[in-house]
Amino acid sequence: MEFFLEVLVGGLLAGVMYSMVAIGFVLIHKASGVFNFAQGSMVLFAALTFVSLLERGWPFALALAATLAAMVLLALAVGQVVLKPLQARPPIVLFMATLGLSFIVEGAAQWLWGAQVHALELGIDDLPMDVGGVFVSRFDLVAAGTAAALVLALSLLFNRTRAGLKLRAIADDPLAAVAVGIQLTRMGAFVWAVAGAVALVAGLLWGARTGVQFSLSLIVLKALPVLIIGGFSSVSGAILGGLLVGASEKLAEVYVGPLIGSGIENWFPYVLAIAFLSWRPEGLFGERRVQHI
Amino acid sequence: MTHLDLAAPALSADWRRYSSARPWRAASHTPTILALLAAAFAFLWLPRLGSDYLFSAVLVPWLVLSLAGLGLNLLTGYAGQLSVGSAAFMCVGAFAAYNAQLRIPGLPLLGGFFIAGLSAAALGVLTGLPSLRIKGFYVIVSTLAAQFFVPWVFVKFGWFSNYNASGVITAPPLKIAGFVLSSPADRFLLVLGVTLAMTAAAWRIVHSTTGLRWMAVRDMDTAAEVIGIPVARAKLSAFALSAFYLGVAGALWAFAYVGTVEPHGFDLARSFQILFIVILGGLGSLAGAFVGAAFIVLFPIALSLLADHWLAGILAPGNLENAEKIVVGALIIGFLIREPAGLWRLIQKAFHRVQVWPLKA
Amino acid sequence: MVSLFRSLAITTTAAALLGAALPAQAQNKEQYFPLQSYRVGPYAAGGTGFFGGFIDYMQLVNQRDGGVNGVKLTWSECETEYAVEKGVECYERLKKGLNGAPAAATNPLSVGIAYATLERSTQDKLPLITINHGRTDSTDGRVFPYAFPLQLNPYSEVSAIINYIGQQSSGLDKLKGKKIVVLYHGSPYGKETIPVLELLSKKYGFALQQIEVPHPGNEQQSQWLTIRREKPDWVILRGWGVMNPVALKNAQKVGFPAKHIIGNIWSNSEDDAAPAGDAAKGYISITTHPSGTQFPVLQDIRKYVVDAGKGNLADPKRFGNVYYNLGVVNGILNIEAVRVAQAKFGKRPLSGEEVRWGFENLRLDDVRLKELGATGLVQKLQLSCADHEGGGAVRFQQWDGAKWNVVSDWIQADRALLRPIIEASSQQYAKEKGIALRDCGKEATVALK
Repeated sequence: MEFFLEVLVGGLLAGVMYSMVAIGFVLIHKASGVFNFAQGSMVLFAALTFVSLLERGWPFALALAATLAAMVLLALAVGQVVLKPLQARPPIVLFMATLGLSFIVEGAAQWLWGAQVHALELGIDDLPMDVGGVFVSRFDLVAAGTAAALVLALSLLFNRTRAGLKLRAIADDPLAAVAVGIQLTRMGAFVWAVAGAVALVAGLLWGARTGVQFSLSLIVLKALPVLIIGGFSSVSGAILGGLLVGASEKLAEVYVGPLIGSGIENWFPYVLAIAFLSWRPEGLFGERRVQHI
Repeated sequence: MTHLDLAAPALSADWRRYSSARPWRAASHTPTILALLAAAFAFLWLPRLGSDYLFSAVLVPWLVLSLAGLGLNLLTGYAGQLSVGSAAFMCVGAFAAYNAQLRIPGLPLLGGFFIAGLSAAALGVLTGLPSLRIKGFYVIVSTLAAQFFVPWVFVKFGWFSNYNASGVITAPPLKIAGFVLSSPADRFLLVLGVTLAMTAAAWRIVHSTTGLRWMAVRDMDTAAEVIGIPVARAKLSAFALSAFYLGVAGALWAFAYVGTVEPHGFDLARSFQILFIVILGGLGSLAGAFVGAAFIVLFPIALSLLADHWLAGILAPGNLENAEKIVVGALIIGFLIREPAGLWRLIQKAFHRVQVWPLKA
Repeated sequence: MVSLFRSLAITTTAAALLGAALPAQAQNKEQYFPLQSYRVGPYAAGGTGFFGGFIDYMQLVNQRDGGVNGVKLTWSECETEYAVEKGVECYERLKKGLNGAPAAATNPLSVGIAYATLERSTQDKLPLITINHGRTDSTDGRVFPYAFPLQLNPYSEVSAIINYIGQQSSGLDKLKGKKIVVLYHGSPYGKETIPVLELLSKKYGFALQQIEVPHPGNEQQSQWLTIRREKPDWVILRGWGVMNPVALKNAQKVGFPAKHIIGNIWSNSEDDAAPAGDAAKGYISITTHPSGTQFPVLQDIRKYVVDAGKGNLADPKRFGNVYYNLGVVNGILNIEAVRVAQAKFGKRPLSGEEVRWGFENLRLDDVRLKELGATGLVQKLQLSCADHEGGGAVRFQQWDGAKWNVVSDWIQADRALLRPIIEASSQQYAKEKGIALRDCGKEATVALK
């Protein structure tokens, strides 16, 4: 039973890490209807830039600010070069464009900073803690706390600021939003910049855990089932989806794995996502769509 | 989710632009003849002219990837269902062909390829099932599930690789009607024959009722349903046929190109590569797959030769691949913005211009 | 826009045509090494170090000695990105040699590429060197005349690790009742040793559990929770790339001591331990070649190559690290094979077939190692027609948080135990492919002076 709890808690906390990536998707999808496959490579780019600056002797805060600036620049460039010309094109086309974008960002990140593995120490010891007989990782708790703070900050941004109001207007009805004078492209760039910041936070946590390197961009694949389950346009859905995917895949690996062969983690979330899609195509928190002809 | 509604009218218009065959059909006899001449040339003369390198590192991968691109184009370009699981179908094809050859004594090589196609098609139908209920690019979830599930199965269950310790299969010697295809030129001819036959078949399919139904589903599936098109059947047939092509391509990849196959050789990167072939070459055009594959095969080689001879010292070897990634990514975005019908449309336009040029002058 | 695309297409085609048509200038007195290197992608750290060391050693031989007996070494790189089909393309492109200089051997440093070019190598009579890795049964030179898993094949690797664990438990007989977990990478390379480990577990009576980590390995929580539950005495880590630091971090997370984790030959570099930070302190791994710059051959490389501004490494900090030194070792073995072959065939550029003879008659003893300035860096080695591995010994090293320290002498694998399994496997391959065994008795090996 203790072991079960350990796996469950570990899985839930791992799920938080997936949610961190998924939130970036949700933001962009909410504001511009784009499924941004390049979010993973943005995580890589952010983490790699940050750690490379750190290694060149920059102080922590300055490196953080510079990386943030780089992410904003990237967001502006994406808005001008990719999103503006592709406005009003079907989502499938935009998705493919972000696939291309992810290649550019990955190539550029490795060109700029090289391909070796970097260690990233955030000063959080990852030692096991005993909580009532169940061990919990301290690092995972910090990650969960960061995610909570991030969600709080985002909800403040969306619910308490003018920019947030505009964004909600766009998400509700883009045509009406344009009619009242909201500039779609400008707001789009804004959201991409915020998503860039989220990518930076995710990149730092993931990078501290696995080392900063190329395979960071692959975590986008873990975020996808999370989004399907949680819905593409809900931050709380992304959190819940992450918890669900994390917990179920770890439990499946530990308990089902030995029966049918280990290593099922890679595909299990997708099967779960298909099951969800057949049951609730709009995700847990998504809105039901009406088909127009 | 109003953006979808907002985009809906644009969607159909956009997809219509993809099918490049229509506006050019009138003027397209010349390209057909040229293609036939090129095929005859390839069959009769190339084997005497080309080097081993040309066959085994350029022409064979080009044709195999073209066939794979063709397969994906049936599904994505014609029927409008986005797939990022092409490599999974190729993987099934490769392993099915291997096991068929191994376990069915006396099975002719082409029979093995046929079984490869059928096995992949079966998985294709299975992968397509969720598309009956979910729409748009959500379909990529089931194709991604296939992408991750298939290699796992082949790694996990030793039977598929005949209990080879490392799970790598090696292709048996290729024999057709008693002839052993050992040289790269022989293998090229085998691939060429299969590819040409299947391209001709694809041409028939996309111009048949099935093909028209696919395009109707692609352009507006709800409307297609209203006017009585069996949408479910159209989608599943697209998945099945597309997977059949990819399965055969996978078998050719394993047998005629690389010679060995490990399940992870058919990873997500390969699926993306095939998707890029289709996007760059031209969505919804058969010739596009060939042009796109040519680009994907030739561009890295050209770039590295370029770097060897002129940019030595300027472009470090490690950055070549990065440069390639950046250029391919940029081209994808560029084509999606400017020319969704891809390289093939550019070639057609250029061709057209050459045709009318004397009159203009 | 259209014209932009068009001009791009034209330039590309033109470049391809021109590149292919560049005249091959015949230059004699050069021996060529085709390098299927990889410097980008998830495994770039390994490729950059290995090929950096290899190239720097060849550069040293050219700068210091004027080549091998006056035959200059030349090379060119082709990026494989660790992808099999790119490796094949590179193989086909480079195998013919460069400007008339014949190719000596290929060194892809990738199990997948090695598998895919195995038959081609035999057909083209070009040695395929897979130092410390590769297909285990290619040790049997009677069936695989052109493949050389030099120094250490995967079976020897795990056998040596078990022998070390035995030594640590004060005797192989004390292994009975111990529990060992093997955490392996979900790839052909990772799976290669499953059967031999089972055999060793039966022979010595230790409990064995083998757990797969799906590629690429950045998620290992459930695997380590299982390990925590099983409480093994040792964990053998057969990782690759990102999987290694993640394993160490997860071990720390579940409270498993790093000093009871033994990394294999591809989990033994600075790039595997350092990214794990403190979690890696105390971590043990095997190595066939210690890191460090104190060896005379590395001092020479520094003097003649690096200080002369001809070094290959972009990051000078990596000079003398594990991957770099493996590249140097690989360079030494390749060049020594060329030297041995030159002694028989003459001091001129050699064909792949002739170099193959050099490999099969390669013998490195203490005297020769001292001459090479590689005592302690390279193990004693003797190859033959039937034995393409030759060494089978490793040393153990421990990570102190900043660098590796060697903590054991050479520990031998139980090669006599492994040989029958290897032969059974190679003979099955020979049967499947219809290969006739070479008669090694006939191909008399010529002992060196």
